Amino acid sequence: MINKQVPDIAAALDGIRDGATILSAGFGAVGAPDELLDGLLAVGVRDLVVVSNNAGSGMRGLAALINAGMVRKVICSFPRTDDPRAFDAAYKAGKIELELVPQGIISERMRAGAAGLGGFYSPVGVGTKLAEGKEVREIDGKRYVFEKPFRGDVALLRAHRADRWGNLAYRKSARNFNPVMAMAAELTVVQAKQMVELGDIDPECVHTPGIFVDRVVVV
Amino acid sequence: MTPLSRPQMAWRAAQDIENGWYVNLGIGLPTQVSDHIPSGREIVFHSENGLLGMGPKPGPNEADPDLINAGKGLTTLITGGSFFHHADAFLMIRGGHLDLSIMGAFEVSERGDLANWTTEDPNFPPGVGGAMDLAVGAKRVRVLLEHTTKDGSPRIKVKCAYPLTAERCVSRIYTNLAVIDVTPEGLMVREIVDALSFEELQQKTEAPLKLANDWCPLLAKPAH
Repeated sequence: MINKQVPDIAAALDGIRDGATILSAGFGAVGAPDELLDGLLAVGVRDLVVVSNNAGSGMRGLAALINAGMVRKVICSFPRTDDPRAFDAAYKAGKIELELVPQGIISERMRAGAAGLGGFYSPVGVGTKLAEGKEVREIDGKRYVFEKPFRGDVALLRAHRADRWGNLAYRKSARNFNPVMAMAAELTVVQAKQMVELGDIDPECVHTPGIFVDRVVVV
Repeated sequence: MTPLSRPQMAWRAAQDIENGWYVNLGIGLPTQVSDHIPSGREIVFHSENGLLGMGPKPGPNEADPDLINAGKGLTTLITGGSFFHHADAFLMIRGGHLDLSIMGAFEVSERGDLANWTTEDPNFPPGVGGAMDLAVGAKRVRVLLEHTTKDGSPRIKVKCAYPLTAERCVSRIYTNLAVIDVTPEGLMVREIVDALSFEELQQKTEAPLKLANDWCPLLAKPAH
């Protein structure tokens, strides 16, 4: 019998080590795995590299990890939010590294990594500071920059419904980065609002098939 | 001479959106464009966090914390709308599936280069969001900006001083003083606000302008 459900947050986060690359889902606060991130704060791992669209808001979730000095580097498209005090303070103090990536390139680089591809040529950023140092290639008269794939050691996700196989369904705009991050990590950990029986999520409406999921905890 | 107000600029940009277009509106002033779509046109608004068919702000009892727009404000979905994940949202953008992207701008150059992501202010960490993807991907990129800075310096330049978002991407510029197209022959002025001469407009613009033969007054509706 397959059962990916784990009893609590501690079990969900077991084995995450210092220096890990964490894919943290969410667009702003929506779809973000706040309880898992709070759990990571309690575990106390350090030197993390976090891939996320933003860099945390207020003092919860990712912002709390940054505030505690546990994050070495953030890879994101837009670090500022309505309340960016944790990231701003670490950035001004030179305590955190920022790699800025155009928003669609973050998800596409993860998608490429998930798909086993060696990267892709993209028109985004050609002739700008964010393409400095990247290979430029002309294809059929148009210039592109080469983007490498990336994968995470761990993906932390938030789903609305999950079953014991790890099939997931999200709710409205909370889907955002969750499906692509689910596919792009060695260990994919999900906090779900609701655990349902196998088959209760209509097979036509499974957003993330369980093959990509390792652990589910109900929060 | 009365420059257009910000709602009037948004109104003017809305008049050019055609029935059936899929449109992404940038954060800030461009978001207001959706308030001014002429009646009878069905427009599908795209939001890069994974929505097509984005509607207006929710009413008091409609708010759903899982339903936000790219500016992270609460929004709604109209009948026929859909949700999808982030990589698909940007596939739509980069793959040329959107008819129009309207963005704000710090500066635009005479060849349509766009600078709208950073002023390199050392007090703030930079952020790019989806601006670079939208600038290269949508079928048309139009920008909304004040014609000059607060101290009167031109923002339509021969060459952008701020770091570029993308090269040669802007096709139409809406300011509080004029509507200007970026053409192979240079910047072509289509409309100018009442009681401002072409020569006066040129004085407020660094890049050389041409006046279209069929130019007309820039109307300012709604009147506020």
